[in-house]
Amino acid sequence: MSAGIVIIGAGQAGLSAAEALRRRGHAGPVTLVGEEDAPPYQRPPLSKAYLSGELPADRLWLKPPAFYETAKIDLKTGVRVTAIDRAKKRVITAEGEAIAYDQLIVSTGGAARRPPIPGADLPGVHVLRTLAEADALSGALGQARRLVIIGAGYIGLEVAASARKRGLDVAVFEAADQAMARTASPLLGGWFGALHRGYGVDLQVRAGVAAITGAERADGVRLADGERVEADVVLLATGLTPGVSLAEAAGLNCADGVLVDGDARTSDPDIFAIGDVARFDSALYGRSLRLESVQNAIEQAKAAAAAITGAPASYDPVPWFWSDQYDLKLQIAGLIEGADQMVRRGDPEEGHFALFHFKDGVLIACEAVNRAPEFMAAQRLIAARARPDPDRLRDVTVAMREFLS
Amino acid sequence: MAKITYIEASGTEHVVDVETGLTVMEGAIRNLVPGIDADCGGACACATCHVYVDPDWMARTGGRESMEDSMLDFASDVRDNSRLSCQIKVNEALDGLVVRLPEQQG
Repeated sequence: MSAGIVIIGAGQAGLSAAEALRRRGHAGPVTLVGEEDAPPYQRPPLSKAYLSGELPADRLWLKPPAFYETAKIDLKTGVRVTAIDRAKKRVITAEGEAIAYDQLIVSTGGAARRPPIPGADLPGVHVLRTLAEADALSGALGQARRLVIIGAGYIGLEVAASARKRGLDVAVFEAADQAMARTASPLLGGWFGALHRGYGVDLQVRAGVAAITGAERADGVRLADGERVEADVVLLATGLTPGVSLAEAAGLNCADGVLVDGDARTSDPDIFAIGDVARFDSALYGRSLRLESVQNAIEQAKAAAAAITGAPASYDPVPWFWSDQYDLKLQIAGLIEGADQMVRRGDPEEGHFALFHFKDGVLIACEAVNRAPEFMAAQRLIAARARPDPDRLRDVTVAMREFLS
Repeated sequence: MAKITYIEASGTEHVVDVETGLTVMEGAIRNLVPGIDADCGGACACATCHVYVDPDWMARTGGRESMEDSMLDFASDVRDNSRLSCQIKVNEALDGLVVRLPEQQG
């Protein structure tokens, strides 16, 4: 009997891979091993509707229990894999169990990054990546009046919006010179910074945090310029550390992520890596990418499932992302790094606009605030390496559809 | 609770009970109805939960919101009765609702 396919990591990517394998007719065993106690769930709401209390936990599950039974997916939750034994083609769990595989999929995601700030390990300092962490944060916010968030990326800003909805005083400190510095253009980052200030968030940029203060538990932060700010709860929202330790220890090629090809295959032909943990070469962007997004988790999982079932993939997506903050929807298509020209469509003052970013005349990214047509059209234009006329793009009377014909 | 009939593009029917307060998309996911991907989980960000509402039910499901309308504008095979099922909230008045699924999502 075949050992089947083992998937380490039961997040969106791992679950999507299991489902895609079954959809493609793979009949052998599929074992989905998750370190967390919860069954596969949606992470995006953890910082949004779940944290603000609008969405109960039972609406987070990606699949009902019957799915795993019907699809014959052996879901093992609360099980930590401690080693990949490539020679014997098996994984070892913390409890010493050995699970054999024919093919292995690594979808270990990552953990919230904890920067080396003095006081970062004090009680009262939270991070947000998992459901358990969201529950801990949510519980703490229920007892708190003032929240300090370190980092103004997506997680930091979404939590800021959710905490304001819950009536807390919120301050956000960002070391870079704009909000969402890693992914967004200066105009968009500045606009979102102003948005949060308008909702009463004390958002400061160029504001590094020197230390988290407190004797037995966190009671505030000290900024790099010496200012002290009080807090009942401190959230570290400073990015993700990819979960490469198993892959690295097994000798797979890694470099800020597990390196994979267009089939999501690692340097071992029987091992694949997908989702937040995987780094692949993008022909579209001419460099290697490691994407932290739902879309990437789902699509790269499908690529791996295709390759495993004998249909080679050539994974080269137009990345897309979304964020909900207050009553706004931000949708981003593509990546702005390397852009040399920006075209604005619509008026930011009116609360809905799109920013198109070009490199050498080719559209490479679009940031859309409450502007779904621009986002949807941009996905296709970027995939086609199109060169839409900037003057027509600026003209809101020209419908986005017209750029697709 | 509302009884909802999902009809796949192949004609296969799924008649299921969906709790009030959930969306028509969630009713499909929870009852293993194939053909609705819902990649973004109901955030109206991806247009992969497209359905056709039976014309007799269009008045009761209501019309599209503007964001939904824009997203659908770029989905494939969109018709007058197209909706994103993550944007239809289930209530008692939708007991008996019939929706049809497209050949493909996206």
